[in-house]
Amino acid sequence: MSQVLTATGLMGLDCGLPRQVSPSQSVPDEAATASSDETPDRRRAAWMAAAQAGDRRAYEKLLADSVALIRAVARRQGVAIDHLDDVVQETLLTVHRVRHTFDPARSYDAWLAAIAARRAIDALRSLGRRDRREWHDEAALDHHPDATDASAATESEQRARRLHAAIASLPPGQREAIEQLGLRERSLSEASELTGRRSGALKVNLHRALKALRERFHGEP
Amino acid sequence: MENPDAMSESRPHEALIDRLGDELAPVHRLAPPWWRAAGWLLAVAAIAAVLLMHFGARGMLLRLGGAPDLAWAALGAVITAICAAWAAFSLGVPGRRAAWAWLPLPGALLWIGASGVGCVRSWLAPATSIAGVHQSADCLLFIIGFSVPLSALLILMLRRACPLRPVLAAVMVGLASAAASASLLEICHAFDAAATDLLTHALAVALVVAVNVAMGGRLLSKA
Repeated sequence: MSQVLTATGLMGLDCGLPRQVSPSQSVPDEAATASSDETPDRRRAAWMAAAQAGDRRAYEKLLADSVALIRAVARRQGVAIDHLDDVVQETLLTVHRVRHTFDPARSYDAWLAAIAARRAIDALRSLGRRDRREWHDEAALDHHPDATDASAATESEQRARRLHAAIASLPPGQREAIEQLGLRERSLSEASELTGRRSGALKVNLHRALKALRERFHGEP
Repeated sequence: MENPDAMSESRPHEALIDRLGDELAPVHRLAPPWWRAAGWLLAVAAIAAVLLMHFGARGMLLRLGGAPDLAWAALGAVITAICAAWAAFSLGVPGRRAAWAWLPLPGALLWIGASGVGCVRSWLAPATSIAGVHQSADCLLFIIGFSVPLSALLILMLRRACPLRPVLAAVMVGLASAAASASLLEICHAFDAAATDLLTHALAVALVVAVNVAMGGRLLSKA
């Protein structure tokens, strides 16, 4: 192992991870702000070394500086823009928890990129699980026999036609009641206002209409 | 802040960064992987010393001297244990290459290859004492019995680190502890390599690795 690991190719054999992680591409203006003899990576490594000793100022500068790098890694892993901030938060929390594992002689960017990539994959997995569940529900709807089966569709259409014919043959008061309350799902007071009939009369007519329809379709008295 | 881009991107996370800053306390830096592996190997060496004091080195040396392939197999097991432990601790540090997992391969090949040669020899010269089924069961219990505490110790030590590939790390833990147990077995092993014996060892190693992957992977992923 070389002493200085660069972020490029650090994911070596880890399946599913891209081989190239070069954060400098996504943070192009960093080089300009770094002092001439110090790369941004070395500067961040120095900050982390100070943070490990308890330097809060260096730590906060480092974390703020890390956000862009984490976002770049997460984007490269395929995390959608909406979820980038979740990955950033999770990564920052992990960085805080495992900051003692960083060796200042090595690359900070490679260390951070590995954590960010893992948290990005975790996020993608949990999103994937959610998507799969939603897809299953959609699939259930698509595969519902009424929706896909042509003969079932024809049958339900015929049933609806027979029902409408039966309703049309009801006495006017009953027909009105079932149309307003049953088919249009209006409330009793709405139906009463629309038809000018008392709600008690509507209720009685609905009851009679349902009884007549039941008799017609099932032969029940 | 020197980088205006970093500032704008980090703004939504200011509250969290501030909170983490509040919680910042000095930490003890983790020792390098080789150093931590050496710590674990010291525990194995201590067990080896106790076994050697109890059983004596003469029997082992005579047996290994009489059957060079057995000696090569034992050497292979020792190398596997060292390399797998080193690889496990390396995989516990974020940013280290996953290629570390290949490190125990040469040792494992030597271990398996030499054991296999021992088997063939025992078929050609069947006069050497061969372990029966009952004695093989003892070997199985020995390897598993020693692997459990050695694996537990390794997992405990690894949980101090951050294994981002917990399953791969658990494979290394299983391999290291099984190889170390097999090496320890050589000290008090009364039998020559034979098909039953090799099978028992392979079964024990596979069991130890599988249990580690099943349990250690979960234990390590929470680390």
